[in-house]
Amino acid sequence: MIALIGLITLTLVAVAAIATVMATNLFVASMWFGIFSLLMASNFFILDAADVALTEAAVGAGVSTVLFMGALALTGEKEAIRSRVSWFPMAVLGVLALALFVATFQQPMLGDPMAPVHQHVAPWYLEQTPKLINIPNVVTAILASFRGYDTLGEVIVIFTAGIGVLSVLSFKPKGRQSVSSEALAAKVRGVQHHSILRVVGKLVIPLLMLFALVVQFHGKYTPGGGFSAGALFAAAVMLYGILEGADRSAKAMPEKVMLRLAVFGATLYTSVGLVCMLLGGAFLDYNVLWPDPVVGQYFGILLVEFGVGLTVTTVLVMVFNAFANRPTY
Amino acid sequence: MTLLGLYNYWIFILLLIVGLYAVLVKGNYVKRMIGLGIFQSAVFLLYITMDKVEGGTGPIMQGVPEPGQLYANPIPQVLILTAIVVGIAVTALGLALAIRIREEYGSIEESDIRRLDHES
Repeated sequence: MIALIGLITLTLVAVAAIATVMATNLFVASMWFGIFSLLMASNFFILDAADVALTEAAVGAGVSTVLFMGALALTGEKEAIRSRVSWFPMAVLGVLALALFVATFQQPMLGDPMAPVHQHVAPWYLEQTPKLINIPNVVTAILASFRGYDTLGEVIVIFTAGIGVLSVLSFKPKGRQSVSSEALAAKVRGVQHHSILRVVGKLVIPLLMLFALVVQFHGKYTPGGGFSAGALFAAAVMLYGILEGADRSAKAMPEKVMLRLAVFGATLYTSVGLVCMLLGGAFLDYNVLWPDPVVGQYFGILLVEFGVGLTVTTVLVMVFNAFANRPTY
Repeated sequence: MTLLGLYNYWIFILLLIVGLYAVLVKGNYVKRMIGLGIFQSAVFLLYITMDKVEGGTGPIMQGVPEPGQLYANPIPQVLILTAIVVGIAVTALGLALAIRIREEYGSIEESDIRRLDHES
């Protein structure tokens, strides 16, 4: 039964992907892309990856759709149709597809317990997590503790991308006038004139924030953690910005504060690692944080995940505010 | 029935090709970012397909696990969990560049931009 549902959602994923690329109106394309991401998230859930499904649903279907719409408001939503299609890229794609298709016949079947990927390292993590870290969610244990170095790198990448967006958008075109302040006001005001949307949407925002906090701090026991919680929290702020106007979300979450919090999140992560070194352990070796190593792991993971959540939230909020409050030139 | 075990890989190929097609052939920069997103999702699907173990459950051990209980492989999940969020950060940066290009050139179609560059 589950396998059948998996087949159907996968087929729908493929249909949504083709519809996304075929759509010549970019607004339609970004809506299709949101549907695509949501179907992909349900498919991840069927494949036993609850953490990934949660993150994909929040990021792919929520945040990225909003960001695409924010960008389209500034770039226009019509795509020029090209009549001439060059044969070279098509030939490359055809060869690539054929090569990959032939290669699939040497891949292990879906769910094969004897597949090479399940033989090495993974059994060790599954066996040792209850002993060394003693939290139920093995994904969180690997993310924040066993492979803490990788996650620190990812946080720095996200932070860098946020800085990049802010610096790219800090330039103003020379010698060109932006649209009148009324037109900008109409753009940032969002859907304020739709009372039903506003009333119903406002009810969702506190629940969404509460859920984000649960996902953040309960992520050791259930699916979740800093990455998905950050995306959910940012989605709540974006919903507020859409309903009440982007100028208000920028006022509630000012860029100055957000930037400092983003730096603080990444610094918190790094300093936990440094404190471990000062206490005589290795970088990000939480065992030394407390006399009982398992309790040390608990606090280490809690702090590190908080740092991740803070950076992800603030970077996504900054990007949304920067897109939504920019005048059209 | 055994062939259906490869269905995930075939969808992965289709998504990869569709995403790459948008990146290579489409001239609109926002459309290219969408294509890149589909391409990324294809890779996510490949990794998450690897983690599944027949008869297993998600890698969350509620209480003491029964002997012989199988769990999905957590490592691909960790890799993809972080990759999704990094992916949205990259998308945001690409869209910001598209916005700036539109402000300077008045268009985000590659053919227009090439023409304007050629004229100046």
